[in-house]
Amino acid sequence: MRFMMMTKNDPNTPMTPPDPEMYAAMGKLIEEMAKAGVLLATGGLAPNPIQVVSNNGKLTVTDGPFTEAKEAVVGFALIEAKSKEEAIEFSRRFWQVAGSGAGEIYEVFGG
Amino acid sequence: MAIPDIHRTIEAVWRIESARLIAALTRLVRDVGLAEDMAQGALVAALEQWPQTGIPDKPGAWLMATAKHQAIDQIRRNVRLERKTEEIGRDLELQQSLGDPESMDVDEDMGDDLLRLIFISCHPILSKEARLALTLRLLGGLTTDEIARAFLVPEPTIAQRIVRAKRTLSEAKIPFEVPTGNELEARLSSVLEVIYLIFNEGYSATSGDDWARPGLCEDALRLGRVLAELMQNEPEVHGLVALMEIQASRLRARIGSSGEPIPLLEQNRGRWDQLLIQRGFAALFRAEKVGGALGPYRLQAAIAACHAQARNPEDTDWGKISALYDALAQITPSPIVELNRAVAVGMAFGPEAGLEIADTLTNEPSLKSYHLLPSVRGDLLMKLGRYLEACEEFKRASSLTRNAREHELLLERAAMCARNASG
Repeated sequence: MRFMMMTKNDPNTPMTPPDPEMYAAMGKLIEEMAKAGVLLATGGLAPNPIQVVSNNGKLTVTDGPFTEAKEAVVGFALIEAKSKEEAIEFSRRFWQVAGSGAGEIYEVFGG
Repeated sequence: MAIPDIHRTIEAVWRIESARLIAALTRLVRDVGLAEDMAQGALVAALEQWPQTGIPDKPGAWLMATAKHQAIDQIRRNVRLERKTEEIGRDLELQQSLGDPESMDVDEDMGDDLLRLIFISCHPILSKEARLALTLRLLGGLTTDEIARAFLVPEPTIAQRIVRAKRTLSEAKIPFEVPTGNELEARLSSVLEVIYLIFNEGYSATSGDDWARPGLCEDALRLGRVLAELMQNEPEVHGLVALMEIQASRLRARIGSSGEPIPLLEQNRGRWDQLLIQRGFAALFRAEKVGGALGPYRLQAAIAACHAQARNPEDTDWGKISALYDALAQITPSPIVELNRAVAVGMAFGPEAGLEIADTLTNEPSLKSYHLLPSVRGDLLMKLGRYLEACEEFKRASSLTRNAREHELLLERAAMCARNASG
């Protein structure tokens, strides 16, 4: 099963600002997950997305950043896990390093 | 969290931690069976305690310390009973090797132990079935029940197989080490074989109603990826990973909406998983960077890569594929490779040329009940317009396959040939 794990910029749970120590620990965790054959892809997202709204295929494109977007996705990891619980366990290990913050885990269908 | 949920969480932690735990314990006690019992004991303790205490911050270290504590307690209890001195001596020795349960450095790189565990689970002294079961159990963290369901055999059979395998390893005093020198090549090839067999059992389920059991493919891929990190300088390990990644990229494209198998050339290539294809190409590239002679897995991966590269079936470079099969037939000659070569040559140089190779296999004893031989011959005969013969071949193939979905597909093709023959 494939899962998309995302961390969000949630004003109610401000993320712990990263320091060099956290960077190192996160690097190690990512390496471990890759070595365990679990991590398929990972990345961070730029804070200024392009918003696209379609009305029957007719697009309205707006450049970010959007002040009203309270819960922007800031990073993601695509993982392959045996179960939902295993995905949660990896998320727990992530937050042990990352400290405070909020995120979401989606199962990817057809993956 | 409700109790059933936490049990599932503990199962998940177990799956992540168990291989490293068993590996580290095996190094300490020098017996894989004993090490697994110790690890299982720690799992039982976790199932008892974690629902109350919650999951510890470092579950792996917790399980390790608990396994050691339990073993030392057991030894102390045994010592109190009056027993032969030699047994006591052995137990004390064991206690010493366990050391201080709290002392384990959790950051210690346990990769070497994991690699040793992989090699011992795939030891050629064990039967193929035993190697598969033991590897899934010790390295994949699967329960005997899960293994039994994956291979469609009764659970007690798998349990027996695992017990016997552990006893065999113990009695033969198989050392817990990574083989070196001349031994390495043969032993590594056994490891790769086990992983690929697991993958194939998932990819083209040899029996049962489902055409594929993707769970097993994922287990094999995960094992392969782990091994590739542990043995970065072995091109064939990367070759195997590349082969599995690329084949797995087609998993969802090779099954139709009603569960029927879809042959490679008829698949919707848009449904091929580009992420896995890219990972496959990256693994092939790693193998190339390491260098060395082309081994069977790299060659097969290169063949899979040819298909992955073709945007449309008619873009397939069959000339290159048939050349790769020629090379494969040279280093690992086998009737199965020859049969695949027949298909590739048939595509590259026409059905007549392919049939010529396939026909040399009809008296091959090992292919006597292999459904793909008549299936391939049927296909080539059909292309040559020899429908009656083709129909017979498809019927024969359908009677030989153990897979229900494939059986149906082959009967359909037989019927189609029969219609063509009479029309």
